[in-house]
Amino acid sequence: MGLTGLAIFKLLPKTNCGECGVPTCLAFAMALAAGKATLSQCPYVSDEAREALDSATAPPIKLVKFGSGDKVLEIGDEQVIFRHDKTFYHPTGIFIEVADNDANLAAKVEEINGISVERVGQKYELDGVAVANASGSADTFRAAAEAVAGKTDKAIILISECPTCMEAAASAIAARKPLLYAATAANYEKMVEVAKKVAAPLAVKGEDLSSLAELVAKVGYKELVIDSGARQISQVIADQTQIRNSSVKKRFRPFGYPTIAFTTESDPAMEVLEAQAFISKYASIVVLKTVKTEYLTSLFSWRANLYTDPQKPIAVQPGVYPYGAVNADSPVYITTNFSLTFYSVAGEVEGTRIPSYLIAFDTDGLSVMTAWAGGKFIGEAIGPWLKDSDINQKVNHKKIIIPGGVAAIKGKIEELSGWEVLVGPRDCTSIGSFAKLRLS
Amino acid sequence: MPVEIYKDKFTGKGQEVILGATKEQGGTRAYTVKMGGSSTLPFLFYEGEIPNRPVIAMEVWDIKPEWNPCFEQYYGDVWNDPVAWAKKAEEYGAEVIYLRLQGADPELENSKSPEECAKLVKDVLAATGAPLIVEGPGQPDKDNDVLQAVAEAAAGENIALGVAEKDNYRGIAAAAMMGRHCIIGRSPVDINILKQLNIMITEMGVPIDKVINDPMTSSLGYGIEYSYSTMERARWGALIGDKMMTPPVICLAGPEAWSKKEPNAVGEDAGPGWGDQRDRGIMWEAMTAAALLQAGGDLVLMRHPEAVKLVKKQIDALMVPNKY
Repeated sequence: MGLTGLAIFKLLPKTNCGECGVPTCLAFAMALAAGKATLSQCPYVSDEAREALDSATAPPIKLVKFGSGDKVLEIGDEQVIFRHDKTFYHPTGIFIEVADNDANLAAKVEEINGISVERVGQKYELDGVAVANASGSADTFRAAAEAVAGKTDKAIILISECPTCMEAAASAIAARKPLLYAATAANYEKMVEVAKKVAAPLAVKGEDLSSLAELVAKVGYKELVIDSGARQISQVIADQTQIRNSSVKKRFRPFGYPTIAFTTESDPAMEVLEAQAFISKYASIVVLKTVKTEYLTSLFSWRANLYTDPQKPIAVQPGVYPYGAVNADSPVYITTNFSLTFYSVAGEVEGTRIPSYLIAFDTDGLSVMTAWAGGKFIGEAIGPWLKDSDINQKVNHKKIIIPGGVAAIKGKIEELSGWEVLVGPRDCTSIGSFAKLRLS
Repeated sequence: MPVEIYKDKFTGKGQEVILGATKEQGGTRAYTVKMGGSSTLPFLFYEGEIPNRPVIAMEVWDIKPEWNPCFEQYYGDVWNDPVAWAKKAEEYGAEVIYLRLQGADPELENSKSPEECAKLVKDVLAATGAPLIVEGPGQPDKDNDVLQAVAEAAAGENIALGVAEKDNYRGIAAAAMMGRHCIIGRSPVDINILKQLNIMITEMGVPIDKVINDPMTSSLGYGIEYSYSTMERARWGALIGDKMMTPPVICLAGPEAWSKKEPNAVGEDAGPGWGDQRDRGIMWEAMTAAALLQAGGDLVLMRHPEAVKLVKKQIDALMVPNKY
């Protein structure tokens, strides 16, 4: 990304003074290109060189923050087109739109606050509330903004194309650092003034990609979120892809900002699927209307999956996990602490409806067969651990169920732990039938 | 300031595969489905050709499966009648019937014989108009016997036989070749094995336009991102000219999604904030399918009729050509 070491070298003083901590300017340039040094380490770099280097080494998509307290939402700063190229960094913010003249505004915000989904050891919540100036009135908008700010500490987006209305609402809740949506070709001068005044990020809305780029160049403000104006799902995906490709691959600066997308489907189920597509294809913020938790559970899960870092194995905390109302007779299963394995097994163990313990054995997040091959899930490791584990105090039997794929470690575990080993199924989806046959 | 539209320049494209055969083509299907063949990434019409929309297949079992009770209202009267079930699947919007011959599992007490399976396939073909996919019981020897009989019984119908894996593909490939059927090759979420298996299958003589890839898609919430990235990489590979990554991709969204806790749990088993099972389950499956479509799924296997409706509707919207 950015300039090569040689291109940077051309802009340096070439005095080889060594004050930056690296013996030569060329070595320093290489370190800069690799992201291992910062330009401020060089006391003699010229202003022109600094400007050129700063813009060349700036991230392809700007990081933008809004919201306040511990609910600050960070969006943008993405570096790749595909998650497998590196990873996606800042999960899409999921917002619910409410109208400023909605008689049930307070109740709706309560409902948004109340959405909290827990699964596989993770807790998912909505990121915030988008207040729309449906009334067209500045007073109503301000009152609604204040009411929402009073009801929730989540991030807030203010939606209005009327600068007067925006100023009224934004000034009232400036301390919450809302996102202002949106500057358009018709209002951008005044909208930028408002954004500057309240020191809040501003969304810029075009009619299409070209008018968006034009508008971004005109506003002369850097805290931006961008919207091409497209609403039909297939065009949104195209525009989002264009924006991501142009900013990441071609460093096209007008598109180097986080994006926002709005759902249009009126059926809540279709709306959530629409939001899914926007999350998949690069939206930094998605604004929807439904708060149906049955549907949001899936949407949150998808976002969590997509933004999982493919570079590192995901692991759960090693330890003994109870499922159901366990007692001293409960069966004990063991698997690795690779979270995909662990939660799949956990789901199946739970599905047996026999209260059970499941041990997440520390394999540094490797799956069963990989950990076995790597010597991390073998009798010599499990046996001694099991012998001293506090599971001995939790149950009054000494029988442990191991994954069928590593049946070979049975003997060693038994020898080193004094426990009896039952060989479970190879595939965790067979745990249900295994339990029916062997445990009841 | 007109923006310069960014387009990736691809030299390759996905392989188009046709499933089913009409009377003119030597079969008895009411229609055929075409899958794959894109010269761009999913739904980017401005960049290349997307000749075919993703296709929905629905599951039909030859024995009563242990499914969530919520399926009772849809399939309750056909659990023990796969032929009637297949007809019902068509009514629910299946464009392809996916027949799972689980009853031929040799470990079952009344394990079905290859002849019984072949007869069932004939009966299903006689009763329906949709193209057919047949999956064996998953035990290598039995798979070979069953699928060979099925391939013969369905001669001319251009069905798809599955599932071939790296260590068990010869028998199924031979059956597919003999009956001029398609074959589904399964690789364990691994792009290299996907490619290797395609090489092995085609080296046996199965033409590449008869191969469908199952990269072992996982459920939402349980590793779907691995499948997603594998599929994105396979599509990219096809587009940059790797012939052995071009086959269309089948995603087993329904069975994968419903094997997890989230769509099934009721009452106390449901986690905090999960809400009611019915709508949660439908969305869990629909979202699994919809997410995989974004990574390039060409054929999606589904289970719940309501989830099918949602995904079809989304495909309609995604297939509106975008342009610049």
